[in-house]
Amino acid sequence: MTPDVLIIGGGLMGASTALQLAKRDQKVLVLEKDAPGRHASGVNAGGLRQLNRHPAEIPLTVEAAKLWRNIRELVDSDCDARFTGQLRVAENHQDLQLLQQRADLVRSLGYTHETIIDRDELFRLVPVLSRHCVGALYCREDGYARPYHTLTAFRRKAQSLGVTFLAGNKVVGVERTNDLWQVQTPLGHYQAPILVNCAGAWANQIAKALGEEVPLTPKAPMLMITERLPPFIEPVLGAASRKLSFKQMQNGTLLIGGAHLARLDFGQERTEIDWGKLKESAATVTALFPQLKKVRIVRTWAGLEAFMPDNIPVIGPSSTLEHAYHAFGFSAHGFQLSPIVGIIMSQLILDGKSQLPIDAFRVDRFQKKG
Amino acid sequence: MDKHYQLAIIGAGPAGLAAACLAAEHDVHFALLDEQPGPGGQIYRSIENVTGHKAKVLGEDYLRGRQLLEDFRRHCKHYFPNTQVWSLDSQREIGLTHDGQARTIRAEQVLVAGGAMERPVPFPGWTLPGVMYAGAGQILLKSAGLVPEDEVVLAGSGPLLLLLAWQYCRAGVKIKALLDLTPPFNVIRALPHLPRALKAHHYLTKGLMFQRELKRAGVPLLKGVSELRAEGEKRLESVSFLQRGQRASIPATLLLTHFGVIPHIWLTQAAGCRHLWDQEQQCWRPQLDVWGNTTIEGILVAGDGAGIGGARAAEYAGRIAAIQALHALGRLNTNERNRLAEDDRKLLATELAIRPFLEAYFKVPFSRMMTEVPDETIVCRCEEVTAGQIKRAVAEGHTDSNQVKFFTRCGMGPCQGRQCANAVAQLVATTRGIPVPEAGLYRGRPPVTPLSLSQLSELEQGDQA
Repeated sequence: MTPDVLIIGGGLMGASTALQLAKRDQKVLVLEKDAPGRHASGVNAGGLRQLNRHPAEIPLTVEAAKLWRNIRELVDSDCDARFTGQLRVAENHQDLQLLQQRADLVRSLGYTHETIIDRDELFRLVPVLSRHCVGALYCREDGYARPYHTLTAFRRKAQSLGVTFLAGNKVVGVERTNDLWQVQTPLGHYQAPILVNCAGAWANQIAKALGEEVPLTPKAPMLMITERLPPFIEPVLGAASRKLSFKQMQNGTLLIGGAHLARLDFGQERTEIDWGKLKESAATVTALFPQLKKVRIVRTWAGLEAFMPDNIPVIGPSSTLEHAYHAFGFSAHGFQLSPIVGIIMSQLILDGKSQLPIDAFRVDRFQKKG
Repeated sequence: MDKHYQLAIIGAGPAGLAAACLAAEHDVHFALLDEQPGPGGQIYRSIENVTGHKAKVLGEDYLRGRQLLEDFRRHCKHYFPNTQVWSLDSQREIGLTHDGQARTIRAEQVLVAGGAMERPVPFPGWTLPGVMYAGAGQILLKSAGLVPEDEVVLAGSGPLLLLLAWQYCRAGVKIKALLDLTPPFNVIRALPHLPRALKAHHYLTKGLMFQRELKRAGVPLLKGVSELRAEGEKRLESVSFLQRGQRASIPATLLLTHFGVIPHIWLTQAAGCRHLWDQEQQCWRPQLDVWGNTTIEGILVAGDGAGIGGARAAEYAGRIAAIQALHALGRLNTNERNRLAEDDRKLLATELAIRPFLEAYFKVPFSRMMTEVPDETIVCRCEEVTAGQIKRAVAEGHTDSNQVKFFTRCGMGPCQGRQCANAVAQLVATTRGIPVPEAGLYRGRPPVTPLSLSQLSELEQGDQA
């Protein structure tokens, strides 16, 4: 039977969109080229972060945060989510000034989730932090979850509502004939009246098939994880003027990221750790937490992720063809947004418009005006 | 240590040492990196320090390593013991820690001679204190001359088990029982390979000699044993097993197990070399050509790390790979390479003649053992993931080793999946009714051995690609 909607990409955005469409009685088919979660959706750092997002993302992130609070209602699983707060640490007064400006900006937009905390409050929250730090930007509702478990929960919930996921189905051809999208993979031919492009780092290839050039760059940010330690820090921690994302996971391991990039062979889908750059992440951690010097790193990896030039995603209808939609290019911070993106996509497809402002995410925003 | 070498050899066992001697003869700028304090690898461990009675206990084959070591000591300038290699990538950048200092170096050719490790086979109670690998027992014997004070039970299958039993006997250790888990019908499967195996008959006569001497020493040798269990509350109290349909139990405080050895593939896996599932040896091994080249240019493998062949085969293969590296470096043309490698290739072929027989004879019933493994048995020791959790993950639609790893955390601990990769692949395959290669191997996540945050933060970088 022909599905109502065909989604390309079985990652979080695809699964979330499928779930929301299924909740509104649509028949949905999801084509995944590998296995769900093989790349960014499965191996990201799992941050539930509203803190320090692009102003255009703030309305979305705030709604997403509400959904995360009750994520079990949505996907029958808590996704191992913890709401420990996230911090952006100032290491000097210049840092603090920047963070203050950020807090003022957020307040001027009518939001209250980001606040400045002083040194005392910072050391109360993170007693083990190096004493040179002077304050932080703080969002107490933030936290983290487990990405692969989250993806599995979204997928299984969607499946329970009738969504079909077909793994190992790399799309090689897309065209529109007889008012239907005709989608070809090595395993079969599929068709549907509506097409959604959630193809992550490969989304520009799908967009190109629709006649849209999108300046997407695949990149692979490196992450490393340490041996297990007794619990010593609750909030997720970043730094105002250094590349860092640092948290102690549910099981005591430390997950350390910092947006340093691995060497990438995109064609082979292979990443290789750039130890010279990962060194900086290690140096940042030992500077902020001198007592962690002896802690052992047990694993490193880098997931393939789609980056846009302005580091905000593409969300919206195709600019060239009707009945086609995009949600990709989340530039390494899409995890937290995933529940709301599914809702936005279902509204776009079924109601013709989203209730949240998404104009900034137009796919044609990179085209030269005039 | 220099930042750049023409050739880097990783591992100072028989393959690495033979390669190093050959490279030295040809005056190549090379480094030999090894994690042990002295050369010899596992097979010739501590060989330079072992003398007198202890040497006699370990036997003639062990002493064969002496000659290799003497040659090596004469030649090798850039030998770095106590060096942990924790990364290798496709650009032949090597991450290592030497004298506490982490650094990267680069080599035009890299020969990985990482040897073998015990095949981990989960069975009920295998994580109890008091249960160890026979290999660990042998390491203690070689490096410290340590033998167990209590009576010991040996269980499993494979030449090393017999060898250790024999060495223990000579060292005066009381062996309570040797439980042979080799399936009885293996003999029949092995027979067709016997004529070829006679080319390397010294192994066969040695095996028979071990058995004879063990019998003479009064070691109870129980054949046709299956469904091994280690039992006890907090530590090993008894070993139970099935023999002729009857379950029997022996009180024990120390159980040494051995289920054969498998290649150490973790560096070639990190580099992204292609690996194959070897159905006969029941393990992953790197895909190689006859010269030892992997699927990545400039990365070669020799010795047991390429597939189990034993110490002598490793020597020949080590030299062959070194000759190929010299060829790749432009030091030998094709004819010179072929001529220089001729003897070693012949010797290697003869040496490997016995392998099909040994592999068939000692084939561990791995897939059956993984079918029998009870749900509550731990498969991943680091993360304490049980067989039941793995089977459930498969049933919930996580269809290969890597997805099962993502979901259950098996293979995410400090051992990097070395202890559970094969078992998980086999479990996934058995549960889904698919071949093991389809279940797949964990993707490499370096560092291959842990390094500390401060070591990484003080990393000294070598040449950039």
